[in-house]
Amino acid sequence: MITKDTGIYIHVPFCAKKCAYCDFYSEPYRKNTVENYVSAVLRNIKAYSDKSCIADTVYFGGGTPSLLMPEQVRTIIQEVGNNFILSENAEITLETNPNTVDLKKLSAYRKNGVNRISIGVQSMIDTELKFLGRMHSAERAEKAVIDAYNAGFENISCDVMIALPEQSAESLLYTIERITALPVKHISGYILKIEHGTPFDCDMIKNILPDDDKTADLYIKMVDFLKNKGFLQYEVSNFAVKGYESRHNCRYWKCLDYIGIGTSAHSCHNGKRFAVDRNMNDFIESPVQKITITDDNPCGFEEYAMLRLRLAEGLNVNDFPEHKNSLLKKIPVLIQSGYINYDGNYISLTPSGFLVSNSVIEYLVF
Amino acid sequence: MANQKIRNFCIIAHIDHGKSTLADRILEKTETVAVRDMEDQLLDNMDIERERGITIKARAVRLKYTAKDGEDYIFNLIDTPGHVDFNYEVSRSLVACEGAILVVDASQGIEAQTLANTYLAIENDLEVVPVVNKIDLPSADPERVCNEVENVIGIPAMEAPRISAKMGINIEDVLEKIVTDIPAPSGDTEKPLKALIFDSYYDSYKGVIIYVRIKEGRVKIGDNIRLMATGAVFTVVEAGFMDADKLVNNGSLEAGEVGYISASIKSIGDTRVGDTVTNNDNPCDEALEGYRKVNPMVFSGIYPSDGAKYGDLREALEKLQLNDASLSFEPETSVALGFGFRCGFLGLLHMEIIQERLEREYNLDIITTAPSVIYKVTLTSGEVQYIDNPTNYPDPALIQTAEEPMVKADILAPSEFVGNIMELCQDRRGIFKDMQYLDDTRVNLHYELPLNEIVYDFFDVLKSRTRGYASFDYEMLGYVPSKLVKLDILLNGDIVDALSFIIHTDKAYGRARKIAEKLKENIPRQLFEVPIQAAIGGKVIARETVKAMRKDVLAKCYGGDITRKKKLLEKQKEGKKRMRQLGTVEVPQEAFMSVLKLDS
Repeated sequence: MITKDTGIYIHVPFCAKKCAYCDFYSEPYRKNTVENYVSAVLRNIKAYSDKSCIADTVYFGGGTPSLLMPEQVRTIIQEVGNNFILSENAEITLETNPNTVDLKKLSAYRKNGVNRISIGVQSMIDTELKFLGRMHSAERAEKAVIDAYNAGFENISCDVMIALPEQSAESLLYTIERITALPVKHISGYILKIEHGTPFDCDMIKNILPDDDKTADLYIKMVDFLKNKGFLQYEVSNFAVKGYESRHNCRYWKCLDYIGIGTSAHSCHNGKRFAVDRNMNDFIESPVQKITITDDNPCGFEEYAMLRLRLAEGLNVNDFPEHKNSLLKKIPVLIQSGYINYDGNYISLTPSGFLVSNSVIEYLVF
Repeated sequence: MANQKIRNFCIIAHIDHGKSTLADRILEKTETVAVRDMEDQLLDNMDIERERGITIKARAVRLKYTAKDGEDYIFNLIDTPGHVDFNYEVSRSLVACEGAILVVDASQGIEAQTLANTYLAIENDLEVVPVVNKIDLPSADPERVCNEVENVIGIPAMEAPRISAKMGINIEDVLEKIVTDIPAPSGDTEKPLKALIFDSYYDSYKGVIIYVRIKEGRVKIGDNIRLMATGAVFTVVEAGFMDADKLVNNGSLEAGEVGYISASIKSIGDTRVGDTVTNNDNPCDEALEGYRKVNPMVFSGIYPSDGAKYGDLREALEKLQLNDASLSFEPETSVALGFGFRCGFLGLLHMEIIQERLEREYNLDIITTAPSVIYKVTLTSGEVQYIDNPTNYPDPALIQTAEEPMVKADILAPSEFVGNIMELCQDRRGIFKDMQYLDDTRVNLHYELPLNEIVYDFFDVLKSRTRGYASFDYEMLGYVPSKLVKLDILLNGDIVDALSFIIHTDKAYGRARKIAEKLKENIPRQLFEVPIQAAIGGKVIARETVKAMRKDVLAKCYGGDITRKKKLLEKQKEGKKRMRQLGTVEVPQEAFMSVLKLDS
């Protein structure tokens, strides 16, 4: 018997305050709406029910999932278990905002089944946090990590942002130093990107951001420093102590199955990619979430290569034999420029290759 | 005898002095066009002409006018291009006329092209009728301008009608002057047919339409005509004149008249402008003196941005050539740009107009290479070569002497700018000849300039250094020996043939540096570092480097949303199409164009 497996992504599109750089879908927090939203999530889990399919991961992303009550999180996890084979060692992640959690709440999440916590720390420097419009301080972020640890979380991840105004190698290293001193197993280090239409999308902000060269220097410093601290880069923006790589996120890069539930959630499920419409009322009221198919034949060579090359493991040239020769012809110049490594099977990007991965991938694939 | 009630004339003027507006008013006053049908500047029926305020192709129209003496007159207004590039077309229009109305702007006075065109008219024995236009402007000073015409050109001007074509003031004075001052055509209607072709165009239904001035004899439908230069014989299908917007086939034309003939002529190649038309059964003794053949002076490569559009480009050039015999082109191949055409133009404006028409009328995205003039190279073997494409420039070791074309230039401008102009001309290797004051405030500077110094951007720079006041005209002088070198541009060590050019050795270093800088600005950072070099022979004289890009990454693909990343990749793929791939270097089309405008 062939067993299928999938990952379940639950989008929680509520925020106490929208961050100025963020263009993900979110709505202001309202108790009533959240309750209705959770009911709709439960309904939809049922709609995708497949009792022969293993749910290997559950991921609460946002928005701010830590605005959900621990009880609500529990019913959702239970509903996953009712409709899928929830694997015994399933990775169940919840994203949190330091301001929305304390020891008590975190303990309740842990007790209710969450076993991995991702904390939106972003920086350990208050002026940088202020610039990002985050409501927490460095101290508060530190406390959230310690609370999570004390609540029984062994698998803790922190988000860090680089390429902030006036950020220097020193200030970045300071942030990383303070985070890695905490009981953390995973770090996501994102380059701040100005998204079209966000409040940050203006000259005033753009003019004070570090340029590409400086950003690249910061990125390389981050990679090196994290490596020294035992955090290995396993994806463009993700670093982990060995064995603590995010299983859920890796599903994305490996073209594995995942089901997204909630407004604007994306799925790659049963051979199709689709996205849920960005409409709160629709989602709450429809018996089944309304989706738009974005790709009805995903994971072809171009897409597969593009996603695989985001992983430090890289792309196995034997996965698509018909493209092998073309790939091999192109790699010498990339190796020579220090963008990739090749071990005879896998093409993998180096840190400076990750930095220009769009171009490297384009060069390799087209 | 030819009809004594006919007046054949043209209007000559500097750009913007109001030629087309006056033509419109004349059409309106003679009721050739009902006022409600008037569209501004009717004679210019190409978009580009209307926008640029210039007339490119000669055109002719017949008008009826009842003069104050009570008699009805037939006017044939033959439109002429105003710009120096089209001197040749001007002169062929002039041969069809007995007189020319010289329009001078009442505030600006005589300009470079006014002079050039007036001298052409006088050379062709035309009666020149000066008219002072734009008297409605607050800055108008008709008195001063009339003096200027008398002093500078040497024709009486105190009686000149003072008009405003725009406001319709005193237009009738102009019409009366045409009747009284311009002579009626001469020519015997009883002699064998002798007619001059002064223009032609291709009509997809009727074939080639030729515009003629009948010098002697007559022609009618059914006649067998012979085009004397080619010997080709055709049977006349239509003969008549041009109304404001259509051909009027009235069956015949006779001495003194201007009109058109349609004779099922398939190829424009059969109808050389300047050729003589005669009757095949009763031919005249000898042909009229034709025109000197016009030779292109400026050359550049034109390539389709999308290589697949090569066929479309060829078709478009062929179509343009049907009505513009002065455009020449032949296929050429560039390593950098692929398949394209080496095109020859009368001058810079002509080149720009062709480029614009290709883009607008034929919807083609094109890349043009730096304009080149024709260099005359004598090899050590004694062989003489004319080089219009830098790629073909011989090995310096084989060259005995190299010569470049010179022009004689007139620059008219307010005297306060003399310093700026002299500086510019000096910089362009100009030789100062003399300077003439037109009045207290305006001068005419005479320079000899190498043509290759003015084919790039001379006029743009001249305009900017004189706040737009200078006017400029030039004519060919001939070849002079010169110290020329071929400058090559290398990207990542490879010569980019489309960027090579020939230049005076003294200017090579400065130009090389500027081009390298421009290319650096216009070539985006890419995966690999791109060295830019400018070299003469093997010697690098300028160098820049486009550093490898450092950052091009989508850091976050949140919640498994890979659509954005895919879109980005597709956009990159699309963008790549607009780039020229030279080895591993991707060069955007703008980079090729950027080197054409170095001073801006």
